[in-house]
Amino acid sequence: MFEPIVEKIKTALERISDPAVLEKIRRLPNRVNEFGVDPFGFNPEFVKYTVPFVCALYRHYFRVRTVGIQNIPDGRVLLIANHSGQLPFDGMMIIAACFLERDPPRMVRSMVESWVPSLPVVSWFFPRNGQIVGTRENCRILLEREEAILAFPEGVRGINKLYSQRYQLQEFGLGFMRLALESGAPIVPVAVVGAEEQTIAVANFRAGARLLGFPNLPIPLSMPLLGPLSLLPAPSKYTIYFGKPMSFSGDPDDEDAVLEEKVKQVKGTIQRMLRDGLKARKHVYW
Amino acid sequence: MSTGETRSRPSRPAARRPKDRAPEERPLVITGISGNLGRLLARRLHTRFPIIGIDQRPFEGRPKDIMHYAIDARRRKAEDIFRHYRVRALIHLGLLHRPTRFGNLHRDFNVEGTVKLLEYCAKHGVPKVVLLSSAYAYGARPDNSNFLTEEAPLRGGEDYPEERALIEWDIYAQNFLWRHPDIECVILRPVHVVGPHVRNAPSNYLRLSHPPVLLGFDPMVQLLHEDDLIQAVLLSLEPGARGVFNIVGPGEAPLSSILAELGRQPVPIPHFLARPLLSRLWKLGVVNFPPGELPHLRYQCMVDGRRAREALGFRPQRSLRDTIRSLLEPTA
Repeated sequence: MFEPIVEKIKTALERISDPAVLEKIRRLPNRVNEFGVDPFGFNPEFVKYTVPFVCALYRHYFRVRTVGIQNIPDGRVLLIANHSGQLPFDGMMIIAACFLERDPPRMVRSMVESWVPSLPVVSWFFPRNGQIVGTRENCRILLEREEAILAFPEGVRGINKLYSQRYQLQEFGLGFMRLALESGAPIVPVAVVGAEEQTIAVANFRAGARLLGFPNLPIPLSMPLLGPLSLLPAPSKYTIYFGKPMSFSGDPDDEDAVLEEKVKQVKGTIQRMLRDGLKARKHVYW
Repeated sequence: MSTGETRSRPSRPAARRPKDRAPEERPLVITGISGNLGRLLARRLHTRFPIIGIDQRPFEGRPKDIMHYAIDARRRKAEDIFRHYRVRALIHLGLLHRPTRFGNLHRDFNVEGTVKLLEYCAKHGVPKVVLLSSAYAYGARPDNSNFLTEEAPLRGGEDYPEERALIEWDIYAQNFLWRHPDIECVILRPVHVVGPHVRNAPSNYLRLSHPPVLLGFDPMVQLLHEDDLIQAVLLSLEPGARGVFNIVGPGEAPLSSILAELGRQPVPIPHFLARPLLSRLWKLGVVNFPPGELPHLRYQCMVDGRRAREALGFRPQRSLRDTIRSLLEPTA
């Protein structure tokens, strides 16, 4: 029914794509079957239709600068980052950075919420681009396949925080540390400076959130003017810092208190990177 | 009901045993032998083992050396088979896997039939039982891990009560497995089985020239060729095999790619319309596609086949493309 339109869009997107980027897609290490997908539904061929949009956001909107991208090792790795900005553009930009800036490029898998597969279009769009539901089983298999995983241990506590809490890391979950210990994967701490100012959320409308079944319902400052559009990010300048890989050893099924100690080290490193990054920053928008 | 040599009651077992086999060779009992899969399995196995079939339906094209009892497993007569023959193994295929429009019959037949059969096995010292469940039992759900292991909870019936019979059955089978450590009980949970002989809901769906799909959804799907399932059953018969096993085919592909490979023209339907529409049509008997299948067009229900690979040595022989294309072969 929609095939002719879809075909037209596809050719148009291929035409505007940067040939260097297409070359990067070809260089992505992947193991796909005869239908062009890996077991998780990632289709590298499909990425070339998404990349022009992400590239435009990365280069021209958020004007991302990266520091220490070569700190990401080859093989299995967990990227642990601060989460903010109401909509997960920080995740998209970290993934874009690992793809566009690192040599050789890496396809980072981020963990999406378990209700995402129930949304039309998004349900297949995310997996084709390598994003999967963040269950422990999925992470375990991906790390065994020597893939890179991006996780935000703050979860919704981080992304939905208010403007007044910017750059204050919220409570970290312990799941990522168990995974790291179990799989022997190193942890690369990531600090995103800039995303925390993209949406100025001034209040959390708890009653409304309960009504809609959302975890939180942040109210941006510009809500009275722009309505739901106010959730779209302002073009703040992003700087993404990738720290030195940290390795941990121990029993993944240890008591929470023991794991919390290790998690604290990662959290402390990210908090330090954020502080230094903020000090080095000249302005929110340039 | 019975055709040709099909017998309705067991009698004089020794006289019926094929002459070219040693008398101590113990027979295999296959329930549901007249079904498509049962007939296929019987034809593959009858040169290697003596076979006794139990199925109310007539067995068309039955090889001469297969004995067939046209009885219901719930009947007392079925026990006589286990009493008369020293049965080597029971392969229980006699299940209505998909719901029928006549709800209760389905449940009684599956669960009560199985309870009886397993009781006979325990009572008459059958050393091996192979039960064919399905990966359907896990249910297609948005929060599923991409590859569910055998330990994953069976949630297939949560939103569709008519699917619960399979879960109830699988849990009963597991119960039997743990209660009888002396019997080698194997529960197989294969993914969607397709092939020229199989006529189950997923293969019927994939044979439609205009299959309905849900607008904006394209789940990853695993398929298994009927020959590979037979191979898994054979491996389960090996001494020492015991436990619950997911049986996974040669890989996974998006539903859209499978339909494209088959040259189908899918008809997209918004998901919020699909369930009420399909439920109505199903009740009227217009479509042969139970509403409980709908989540499989929306969410994925894929399983991890690692245990079967390591413990049974199971490797699918057909490639994914061959498995899909087997649906283009004329149905046998």
